[in-house]
Amino acid sequence: MRHIISILMENEAGALSRVVGLFSQRNFNIETLNVAPTDDPTLSRLTVTTVGDERVIEQITKQLNKLIDVVKLVDLTEGQHIERELMLVKVKAVGAQRAEVKRTTEIFRGQIIDVTPSIYTVQLAGHASKLDAFIQALGSSTLLEVVRTGVSGVARGEKVLSL
Amino acid sequence: MELLSGADMITRFLADEGVEYIYGYPGGAALHIYDAIHRQDKVNHILVRHEQAATHMADGYARATGKPGVVLVTSGPGATNAVTGIATAFMDSIPMIVLCGQVASHLIGEDAFQETDIIGVTRPIVKHSFTIEHPSDIPMILRKAFYIATTGRPGPVVVDIPKDMTAPTEKYEYVFPKKVKMRSYTPVGRGHTGQIKKAVELILKAKRPILYGGGGLVLGGASELFTQLAKKLNFPVTTSLMGIGAYPQTDRQSVGWLGMHGSFEANQAMHHSDLVVCIGARFDDRATNNVSKFCPTARIVHVDIDPSSIGKTIRVDVPIVGTATSVLEEMLALLDESKTQLEPDALADWWKQIDAWAASRAGRIYEPAEPGETMKPQQVVEAVWKATQGKAYVVTDVGQHQMFAAQYYKFDKPNHWITSGGLGTMGFGFPAAMGVKLNKPDEEVVLITGEGSFQMMMQELSTCSQFGIPVKIINLNNQSLGMVRQWQDLNYQARHAQSYMQSLPDFKMLVESYGHVAMKVEKAEDLDAAIEKAFAMKDKLVFLDVYVDPHEHVYPMQVPQGSMKDMLLSKTERT
Repeated sequence: MRHIISILMENEAGALSRVVGLFSQRNFNIETLNVAPTDDPTLSRLTVTTVGDERVIEQITKQLNKLIDVVKLVDLTEGQHIERELMLVKVKAVGAQRAEVKRTTEIFRGQIIDVTPSIYTVQLAGHASKLDAFIQALGSSTLLEVVRTGVSGVARGEKVLSL
Repeated sequence: MELLSGADMITRFLADEGVEYIYGYPGGAALHIYDAIHRQDKVNHILVRHEQAATHMADGYARATGKPGVVLVTSGPGATNAVTGIATAFMDSIPMIVLCGQVASHLIGEDAFQETDIIGVTRPIVKHSFTIEHPSDIPMILRKAFYIATTGRPGPVVVDIPKDMTAPTEKYEYVFPKKVKMRSYTPVGRGHTGQIKKAVELILKAKRPILYGGGGLVLGGASELFTQLAKKLNFPVTTSLMGIGAYPQTDRQSVGWLGMHGSFEANQAMHHSDLVVCIGARFDDRATNNVSKFCPTARIVHVDIDPSSIGKTIRVDVPIVGTATSVLEEMLALLDESKTQLEPDALADWWKQIDAWAASRAGRIYEPAEPGETMKPQQVVEAVWKATQGKAYVVTDVGQHQMFAAQYYKFDKPNHWITSGGLGTMGFGFPAAMGVKLNKPDEEVVLITGEGSFQMMMQELSTCSQFGIPVKIINLNNQSLGMVRQWQDLNYQARHAQSYMQSLPDFKMLVESYGHVAMKVEKAEDLDAAIEKAFAMKDKLVFLDVYVDPHEHVYPMQVPQGSMKDMLLSKTERT
């Protein structure tokens, strides 16, 4: 099963490599990964999506918790949560394709954020599966480049991951 | 206010921390620190002949005393030579601080002379690591390094020190940080009382229980409480290889250690038990054999300081995260208060069965050599045990001799059995024994090794001459890599690929050339006298080159992929 693990860690040199290294060292999976400092510049928030059975996920969270730089973590998929991913797609847009791409973008509630006579750059945010669906709807012949940030997420309601 | 250079802060901190010895080897990036060492007299530096030996010395010291060992090496090859020793300490949860010189900050990343990303290299084998980014950070970072290495589940901590951080001209205020607090690190404390109650309920109902102690009891100083619990319950007691000595092995309730080469009765008792109470062991693959066949009828209580050890390889019925001492204290108190108490003869049938297993001496029967015959390695270990009255610190390398030492030396105290269990590092033994002897000068310290392992670190004979470290060395010389050879006999139709030793040195001449004493023992009738003579020379390193039967195998031995109880008992018998 797919899990989203959200980690609050010290914003220290080498902290990210400890987390990433742990996954390869212990033969765990990383599907997506994103990381950036939080409002508190001494802390980073890292979100990783991974796949594994209950026992593997338990080991992943325990091993992550053991890392000295990890302050706190939560498996968002254990409860109600919101997840989002941002994608930038560069698409061929000439002739009839121009209108078609624009229409599809609107249907998916995306934005065209850069335009040339032959290319649209589309920004789309949402659940990872929505981004997959958008790519499928466009068809591979028009796709020039796809950039995805990886999933980030928060728990629904009052639950927060903070110090 | 006291102003010190980074290098002086390091030596001063170590002195304030109460570190008496550090082990190391100088080199360019560490020279400011070495100069600081030269200008003080509180911290003594032991110059090894290879950095790996420095880590094993610090490791042996830590295992015998429970205090962290401190290593100092230079950048690049100095640091990479230390890697095997760091990994050894990591696998056995040994507290260690490794101070590595590094090229100056402005050169990092430029492939400078003797530059290695040692933080990157050691990342998977340390509990944590630090890079010094400003000299004034040194006292607090070292404080944190000691704190992390010694608390919770202990482990090695690497501190990378770029050369400019120790420059003699850059001076900053030094204060020894008394307190350390880290928001991202809180060592585990007491176990959950509800869980401990559940464990006690299972303990009181068990018909075929067994206590299983691990290295965590030794590291956590919990052997005495563990022994109290065992005595109170009259349960049979086994340990992991690392837990040897946590319970007196000559006691009636001890069934020996378990696992691949563990005792027949320990493995039978584990397999047939209805309750395993494990404290401070991690159910590693050499202990459990095939996990899907592990203890089929047992409920399992697992107490460990590291939550990730629980449920990692086997399912657990009652997990308890906490320090061994606090959980044992609470268990003992709950047992005292409990209305239900164990019936005095509730375990009579179970003990009858265990005593029968033990009485069979299955897998432990060997024919001692007659006069004139080549000796059996087992009888050499037994002779050492008798000669030292079971009181010595016994350090080993890795292989057949290690297993024979574990089987035939009986340990009644913790911290006296010193071996590389997790990583299985050949070459560990000699430097580790030196680390023990240096810090326990009045105790008998015996290295039981083999000619394969010994040759991996024998350059340290020179260090022993320089610093006067009189360890006793029993070299079980079978002229082959015995354990490899045994596996080749069992699994490769006796094709001995690269497992025999050609061109062995004359160990007697070799050892004597460093100014030590050595004796060659080839006949069984000379063994006792040679051992007696060796131990009588208190101030001398004595090396006994004991020729033993190269065809001997270590038994009993678990059958690969079997359950715990499935064992080979000799070359021709199995369970």
